[in-house]
Amino acid sequence: MDTTSPSFKENARKALADPLVARSRGHIKAGFIAKRRKAVDRLPEFEALRDAARDIKNHTLAHLDLYLERYEAQVLAAGGRVHWCPTAEHARQAVLEICRAAGARTVTKGKSMISEEIGLNDFLESQGIVPVETDLGEYIIQLRNEPPSHIIAPAVHLTRTEIEAAFRSHHDHLPAERPLSEPADFVNEAREILRQKFVDADVGITGANFLVAETGSSIIVTNEGNGDLTQCLPKVHIVIASLEKVVPTLDDVNVILRVLARSATGQECSTYTTFSTGPRRPGDADGPEQYHVILLDNGRSNMLGGEFQEALRCIRCGACMNHCPVYHAVGGHAYGWVYPGPIGAVLTPAFIGIEKAAHLPNASSFCGRCEAVCPMRIPLPKMMRHWREREFERHLTPRAARWGLGLWAFFARRPRLYHAATALAGPALRAMAGGRGRLRRLPLAGAWTDHRDFPAPEGRTFHQIWAERQKGRQP
Amino acid sequence: MNAPGSNRDEILAALRGRLHRQDGDGGAEAVATRIAKPARGPIPARGAGGHEARVALFVAMAEEVAARVVRVPSPEAVPEAVADYLKSENLPAEVRLAPDPGLTGLPWDSQPLMAVSEGPARPTDPVSLTGAFAGIAETGTLMLTSGAAGPTTLNFLPETHMAVLKASDITGCYEDAWDRLRVVQGAARDGGTLPRTVNLITGPSRTADIEQTIQLGAHGPRRLCILLVDDGEA
Repeated sequence: MDTTSPSFKENARKALADPLVARSRGHIKAGFIAKRRKAVDRLPEFEALRDAARDIKNHTLAHLDLYLERYEAQVLAAGGRVHWCPTAEHARQAVLEICRAAGARTVTKGKSMISEEIGLNDFLESQGIVPVETDLGEYIIQLRNEPPSHIIAPAVHLTRTEIEAAFRSHHDHLPAERPLSEPADFVNEAREILRQKFVDADVGITGANFLVAETGSSIIVTNEGNGDLTQCLPKVHIVIASLEKVVPTLDDVNVILRVLARSATGQECSTYTTFSTGPRRPGDADGPEQYHVILLDNGRSNMLGGEFQEALRCIRCGACMNHCPVYHAVGGHAYGWVYPGPIGAVLTPAFIGIEKAAHLPNASSFCGRCEAVCPMRIPLPKMMRHWREREFERHLTPRAARWGLGLWAFFARRPRLYHAATALAGPALRAMAGGRGRLRRLPLAGAWTDHRDFPAPEGRTFHQIWAERQKGRQP
Repeated sequence: MNAPGSNRDEILAALRGRLHRQDGDGGAEAVATRIAKPARGPIPARGAGGHEARVALFVAMAEEVAARVVRVPSPEAVPEAVADYLKSENLPAEVRLAPDPGLTGLPWDSQPLMAVSEGPARPTDPVSLTGAFAGIAETGTLMLTSGAAGPTTLNFLPETHMAVLKASDITGCYEDAWDRLRVVQGAARDGGTLPRTVNLITGPSRTADIEQTIQLGAHGPRRLCILLVDDGEA
């Protein structure tokens, strides 16, 4: 997928002025956060499950080569095939070859972030194959020809008005005067249109939430049932998954499933959790005749054994973005690539390069809510800090920021000078603010004061207050 | 494109390099042990009660996600219960059965007004009736397995999915249901294979993709009706 991550600041500026982004923020806050809280409160074992889930993934990543070999052997034993793909290009070609061999003209698709990552839809179209997204949110954004703005709610940035416009212009064979305003109207219309696509498709492509080394199974977790219709009706089922999706056993899957839905949508359990192992068996009444797994690396092996390894524990629940004040303010599109929010700020530099994605790990207030809610306990703020350090080491940080950091470091290493300077700066800023206590403009701080006033320091410095408190404690 | 195999070798070599994998480092043994003896994680206490409590929890959790649960005294009472449910929902008296002798052998003659057929789902079938391998009380979830007697399409294509579940097949947690399946299929370590498809189904199909408003009947069934046969404890 193409990226606009290098222009994150411009994207964010536009998003802040966009009423749609503000409205979707309301949906996210009212929906996801409260529902997750309620589900977590109902399960006393939740924190213990988070620890167990983290440990499972740590163990798996430490033995990733061995579990993938075991997984592959089980897929082959069940009659499936595994296509190892180092890059997005390898994955696209592997999918194309399978589609060509099947004589496919139309492929239905369940929701897959890996498909977004490798830009599969545009590629298939360029090869004369029609990809049809069947998850309702993905279908809507495919009609609008735009990327998802959230990893589990791809159309969360849209209101009924935009969706109505997309449906009316694309479904122009339906009566123009039909009612199209209630959620049920949209759901029913999409259901009718996609039903025929499910039946007609030659190939069905799904993602995978997990791959199981014990059994060679791939797992999808969904609510609509579109993923299941995508994979049980066509004669070929292609699973596209990345290396880190593998877990050792069914028992391990159970642990992670218990934290996944609760963290994502606040459900006790998603409606459909489907385990697929190979193609149709002799005697089976239905199911695909071929089963292929596209196993994608695309930068993940480089994250192993380094300071970003823990990000490979991610199960793509979206809790970090649901709780992120920066994501709330700018929405998912501003991040400019496939994965938005805090996890996107960590993954995007790893996948497309820090020189293109340097703004993302800087777009954080380090409030820590993402880490506090991450079911896999990924230390997201720490990783964003690692990226900032790399950016600085590679001299990608803008000159003014480097100069400012250098100046701060000069003072910070000289405590007496630092205290003297802050003791002067406070009153000076207070004087500049006059009686208002706020500054409308401040040299070198335009990025702040263009959008809001800068609060002037009100009293003594932290160090002064701390020193007095410590003194007061003395017996 | 490289020859098949070389991509695999390239990726595995990269992983081994990053992990400093060496022969005799104990990694292979750790993996073999974990697969041979799968370890359970924390199990929610909510499903730990006896048979009656498990059944009650299953019913409560299933109803919470908009599944309908109908208690039937015996398998022989299923055809009448199906007819009654379809009537109460104003649905056509027409049902597509999974080709499972436990279902096709029931006294369907007692319902002469109902059109009964069997096989995988066709796009026009309005109602399906399947078995269920297990019920999981923890979240009110059904476990269904594919095979000659269990076409997967029946679980997803019709607007109404009805499933027969024996009370004795209700487990407290997911782990117990999977262990039952491992016994039936043979555990993976003994060369057993899962059925092509295992479906965990919790309520009817739904979406929240339109302004975060929950809407039932997205692509899969609009209704899920569980016919719970009270056959006593296992």
